[in-house]
Amino acid sequence: MTATTVTPRLEEDPAAGDTIWTERTSWLDSVPRAVSMAVVFAVFVGLWQFVSWLEVVSPIILPTPGETLADLIFVGQNLLSGGYMLPALWITMKEVFYGFALAIFLGFSLGVLVGETSFGERAIMPYLVAIDTMPKVAFAPLFVAWLGFGIESKVALAAFIATFPIIVGTAAGLHVADENARMLFKTMGATRMQTLIQMKLPMGLPQIFTGLKIGAVGVMAGAITGEFLGGGKGFGELIRVAASQLNTPRVFSLILYLSLLGLALFASVSWLQRKIVFWHKDRVGETHA
Amino acid sequence: MILLSTATPGTATADSPRALVYELSDVGKTYARNKVVALENVSLTLGKGSFSSVIGSSGCGKSTLLKIMAGLIPPTTGRVVLQGRPVTGARRDIGMMFQQATLFPWLTTVENIVLPIRIRDGRAAAARAREQAHDLLEVVGLKGFETVYPNELSGGMAQRASICRMLITEPAVLLLDEPFSALDELSRDFMNMELQRICTERDATAFLVTHSIPEAVILSDRVLVMKPRPGRLAEIVEIDLPRPRTLDMVTTPKFGKLVDYIRNLLDKEADA
Ligand SMILES: Nc1ncnc2c1ncn2[C@@H]1O[C@H](COP(=O)(O)OP(=O)(O)OP(=O)(O)O)[C@@H](O)[C@H]1O
Ligand SMILES: [Mg+2]
Repeated sequence: MTATTVTPRLEEDPAAGDTIWTERTSWLDSVPRAVSMAVVFAVFVGLWQFVSWLEVVSPIILPTPGETLADLIFVGQNLLSGGYMLPALWITMKEVFYGFALAIFLGFSLGVLVGETSFGERAIMPYLVAIDTMPKVAFAPLFVAWLGFGIESKVALAAFIATFPIIVGTAAGLHVADENARMLFKTMGATRMQTLIQMKLPMGLPQIFTGLKIGAVGVMAGAITGEFLGGGKGFGELIRVAASQLNTPRVFSLILYLSLLGLALFASVSWLQRKIVFWHKDRVGETHA
Repeated sequence: MILLSTATPGTATADSPRALVYELSDVGKTYARNKVVALENVSLTLGKGSFSSVIGSSGCGKSTLLKIMAGLIPPTTGRVVLQGRPVTGARRDIGMMFQQATLFPWLTTVENIVLPIRIRDGRAAAARAREQAHDLLEVVGLKGFETVYPNELSGGMAQRASICRMLITEPAVLLLDEPFSALDELSRDFMNMELQRICTERDATAFLVTHSIPEAVILSDRVLVMKPRPGRLAEIVEIDLPRPRTLDMVTTPKFGKLVDYIRNLLDKEADA
């Protein structure tokens, strides 16, 4: 082989300038996450303190950060020492847990029915869509009338709200499998059940988990709304009572503890997703927990 | 079926004496949905251990033909007989490969490869087939990647793993729909030689859909040229290059002539 010469010779063009290529990032984006979160929190609390200090808003409506912190500690102590708030929290947790379990069962079954069978898609989906567009909270009085003031009516409302995103996620997930994967399973002589369980469902897991996460948020909202509208002895009732007494610091701290419960639920679903759907990187799941 | 005139290079006069594996008679397909006549009057036979390629412009019905042969979709007219039995659905003696490797990301490489066994004969059989899968992986140069998940494999590695998945059931017939078209040229050449070796070793009958004329020529005993609208067989070119084929045959005048001949056929058909 003879050496090949390239004409014109490739020479560095001095006019081309600096060839070192750097990605431009704002200094704001290079701050560590914990620091930026802390800064945002500090700014928020600062503004809150400032507004309270100006007294443009009545202190009854907007407590100071200090008052809220004091109440937060009080509620925390009450919960930890097994005070009267703990059974209330326990009731709400039960509602959320049962509601979510029921929603998963119903949402998954209906999702498979609608996503896998053309009967489900044609005959059941239209009704589900119709119900889904209704303001579901409006059904709360009905559930109370049917199921009473106990936890059943709250479980029902919570499940009712959380079921739909799970149906949608499951049904959408079952449509993810592409033509190639379907063909492949067909060439293997797979039965419909095998195709569903060994291919379509695992392929749809990311969508199913998206549905579960939206459902996890909805189930909290459903349980609390149920307690607001249907009484009972849950955390929602504590909030309602505190609000009626214009004890706003209490309302704020109860909501904060409630959000911890919601966060824990969401985080467990995200954690489960990362364990099960390990091959799929989900941005929403990453930022939480 | 049109036989080649004697003036063409690489003309074989008679059908090889090998036993027939596939017999397609007057196969036609009209898709009901859009009334597209994808195939019309396709008749062909494949001898045992033969390697045939189909070439033709996009949309001329190559994939349709393959799917009918595999029993994935029914023909509108005609019949397909494989090893003496009509094809009426998925068959165990067929192995298929598509353009995409389609490995499932929740299964390791080995689990992906034994998946056909697991579907057909259950988990226990799949577990027993693992050893065989390891051997196959070694053959295609993927030793050491057994327990790796597919998203850690390159495109070429994934396609090699999917070859193993096709071979694990020891199919008598390999139906290949542009299996290597997503690969770079070097890997593609390598895979083609691997494919030839595997087919020869197992005396497997191969049917390859491709868009690459050199690929069709280097691998095949016969190249079927298809014409579109409606999809039909235009000509069958016999490739009488000696076997085993090697990559340096590409530079021989005979190879060049065959490629030119087929290219002309395709051009003519494009002009028409
Ligand atoms: N499922 C289907 N339903 C309706 N029409 C289809 C279907 N599949 C293919 N066709 C039509 O049949 C014709 C042949 O399609 P086919 O996929 O067999 O072509 P092909 O030769 O494999 O093309 P390519 O080289 O692009 O893969 C096309 O006109 C296409 O539009
Ligand atoms: Mg095709």
